[in-house]
Amino acid sequence: MKEFAASVIKEFRHIFRDRRTILIAMVMPVVQIILFGFAVSTEVNDVRVVFCGDLSDPAVRSAVDRIDNNRYLRITGRLYNPAGIASVFRRNEADAAVCFDRDFGSSIVSGRASARIIGDGSDPNTAQMITSYIRGVLQSEQTDFSVSFAGGQQMSMTPVVQLMYNPAMKSSYNFVPGVMGLILMLICSMMTAVSIVREKETGTLELLLVSPVKPLWIIVSKMIPYLALSVVNFTSILLLAHYVMEVPVNGSLLLLSVAALVFMVTSLALGLLISVISPNQRTALLICGMGLTMPVMIFSGIIFPCESMPAVLQWFSDIIPAKWFIIIVKKVMIQGDGLASVSGELAILSGMAALLLAVSIKSFRTRLQ
Amino acid sequence: MDMNAIEIEGISKSYGSVQALRDISLQVRCGEIFGLIGPDGAGKTTLFRIMTTLMLPDAGRGRVSGLDIVEDFALIRRTIGYMPGRFSLYQDLTVRENLEYFATLFGTTVRDNYENIKEIYSQIEPFGDRRAGKLSGGMKQKLALCCALVHRPSVLFLDEPTTGVDAVSRKDFWNMLARIKASGVTIFVSTPYMDEAALCDRLALIRDGVIIGAGTPREIVSGFPFRLLSVKGDRMYRLLKVLRDTDGVISCFSFGDSHHLTYDPAKTDREKILGILTEAGFGGCIVKEIEPGIEDCFMWLSKR
Repeated sequence: MKEFAASVIKEFRHIFRDRRTILIAMVMPVVQIILFGFAVSTEVNDVRVVFCGDLSDPAVRSAVDRIDNNRYLRITGRLYNPAGIASVFRRNEADAAVCFDRDFGSSIVSGRASARIIGDGSDPNTAQMITSYIRGVLQSEQTDFSVSFAGGQQMSMTPVVQLMYNPAMKSSYNFVPGVMGLILMLICSMMTAVSIVREKETGTLELLLVSPVKPLWIIVSKMIPYLALSVVNFTSILLLAHYVMEVPVNGSLLLLSVAALVFMVTSLALGLLISVISPNQRTALLICGMGLTMPVMIFSGIIFPCESMPAVLQWFSDIIPAKWFIIIVKKVMIQGDGLASVSGELAILSGMAALLLAVSIKSFRTRLQ
Repeated sequence: MDMNAIEIEGISKSYGSVQALRDISLQVRCGEIFGLIGPDGAGKTTLFRIMTTLMLPDAGRGRVSGLDIVEDFALIRRTIGYMPGRFSLYQDLTVRENLEYFATLFGTTVRDNYENIKEIYSQIEPFGDRRAGKLSGGMKQKLALCCALVHRPSVLFLDEPTTGVDAVSRKDFWNMLARIKASGVTIFVSTPYMDEAALCDRLALIRDGVIIGAGTPREIVSGFPFRLLSVKGDRMYRLLKVLRDTDGVISCFSFGDSHHLTYDPAKTDREKILGILTEAGFGGCIVKEIEPGIEDCFMWLSKR
């Protein structure tokens, strides 16, 4: 037991004496959260809208005012000819344009008034969002207009869209679980893998193997500090997400933490497996980069939604532990679900942890190859 | 005790198509310094790894302190000390931290075994708080030796401990080994330096994975079938040519300010050679019989 404690202390010393490790382990999560939170935001903000229409027409004026007063939209100019839209887009002076018909005010009474919304399709996701914002604004203008004109609600229906759990459509609700999965996996598996392989490279593993200590204990002692680091990271991500990104923790914090611990153990076991099979640090890093970071980035939903992938890729994503953890985090943190609804995912994660541990321990050699 | 500290028999090992060791057999007696002498790539490190249970041999059996190197590997690991060829301590830990860590790994403490390593450790103790990576070559080697000795091993394996160390530190190191031996530890040491061979109690010469000779330094030297002469005179270059053409001379090289000549005692002798030289006009040559060194034996054995 003393040997084990000494190894854990030794491992902590390695970490705290290497500035690079500390930087990766402690600063990277914070930077990533902030980066994803502010720089890589997919939210639409401060949209520049130009319009084309007759300002002496009160209906047009009212619609333009309404657009300008929307908190996401801003009128930046007026065009006298719809033909100018293309050049405005090309000079990147506007994100969307609204064209009112020549006799917008008078034909609105007969119900034939039309306004075209033109978005910049070179960025389809953003264009879609912007145009639907503007459409919403015009829709409410139309409702108000019919109320004031007919003195009451005319026969019409308005679909009201509400996004449950995330009414403001904040992208942080999506990336916080993703980043959490990414960071925990990187710290646990990449750093463990590299730290064991490093001992292979420097030859110290040779000395450890020749000592009477069971090599397995040395390996396990290597995992403890990274587990501790991950707990710190998990806490800091959670705090940042809650207080800076304003992501709620709707479900049980305990359940979330248990899931995180299970995921950390899975990642540690994965790291152990990588360190067992790779002969040097470069290989270990390559396996981690290509085999772990990329798939997690792709399948975590940070960038692409998993559901719209081809079936083969969806099957492949099933073997990535981070995917299940991210599902749990979304369910517990955002939707506020309880144990019953995440028990399936939790069981899959635990199974993966057990399998990976068993395989890596079995393939660990007490001798040099 | 009459038991051998190390006994290996018929050990072979190959890496893919490269045969690193071929049918190696050795006996090392308790309490002696046994030297494994051979050039780089002879298979010394592979043999060390097999004996220290780090590798499995393809064929052959071996015992260290009476324990089988394959089956009893866990027990052997308690009783041996190993210092690999490359400096293999934690460069980012201090001298003291390294030593204490390795003591703990073997279930002991530095304080309990202070006496055992005192003589060597006292030389690096003033630098106890310095990181191992910042030590000089000689000090690193002393620290590594301390770490290998801290748990009182009965057999100490030192793989090329003096490679890359300056001449003074090398001499120091061998003095330390003599004192460790005096405390009853068996030492198995490898070196590519032939001059260190004479400091061992017994030797094995290894080349291309084969033991080409074994015994005490004296036995090895006495097995040398030829005799050596040192010849000194005027017109050294001409002298060399004449000597090489002389009947019964195996080889002749210039060696500092004299020529070292190997001759077959069955065909010629010192007097005959001296006579030939005088005849050829090289009067007043100083011709002395010299003792062959381990290097001469090694060269002869590896050519055979």
